[in-house]
Amino acid sequence: MAVPKRKMSRSNTRSRRAQWKTTAVATVACPQCKSPKLPHAACTVCGTYNGRQVIEV
Amino acid sequence: MPTPTKGPRLGGSPAHERLMLANLATALFQHGRITTTETKARRLRPLAEQLITKAKRGDLHARRRVLGVVKDKDVVYALFDQIAPRYANRNGGYTRIVKTGPRKGDAAPMAIIELVEELAVAAPAPEKTAKKAAAKKAAQQDKVEALAPEETPVGSGAADQDAEAPVSASGETAEARQDSDEANENKA
Repeated sequence: MAVPKRKMSRSNTRSRRAQWKTTAVATVACPQCKSPKLPHAACTVCGTYNGRQVIEV
Repeated sequence: MPTPTKGPRLGGSPAHERLMLANLATALFQHGRITTTETKARRLRPLAEQLITKAKRGDLHARRRVLGVVKDKDVVYALFDQIAPRYANRNGGYTRIVKTGPRKGDAAPMAIIELVEELAVAAPAPEKTAKKAAAKKAAQQDKVEALAPEETPVGSGAADQDAEAPVSASGETAEARQDSDEANENKA
């Protein structure tokens, strides 16, 4: 079985992990309460979707 | 017919998926709306709608077919007796899925699947032809407006937007046009 010959240095580990990046979640303004919400999903603040009350808040 | 599902089964085996979907369908007909993961809701929708279509048929054979999936006899009785008559004037589309964002804990995308309310106005014609007819009517109206802007009815636009079904909207516009024509004649 192939195994690593040498221990990976912290520098190499950190160089690799420097490419891990987060991206901001895409949001749209809720048409009812103007708070940011996920697109095509019910608003978690006011609980409406398409002008219909979906979740009780 | 709904498209066959692709990819792995829910729960790992076909039997597990059948059982889970049967339980979800039972819960949906029992409570009217259930919160579940989006994937399960999307798999449940065709099954639930097929069961409602069978319930609308209402005969003993259909009842036995539904009992093969939904094991709870009380739920099947409620499905045939209360849920099916609500959708007498609706051709499919008995359920609604609304996404509600990721779940706390495992960030699974969640959704609410619910039985829709009954139609307020009965749609006599299938939707496709109705939409085409409405589009044609609108096009004709545009031409009429372009030719003679004085003759166009004032309230027809508002009536169009207020009306729920496109069929009734077109009917109302026709009536409104006749009314306006009569009014013009009366003025003349």
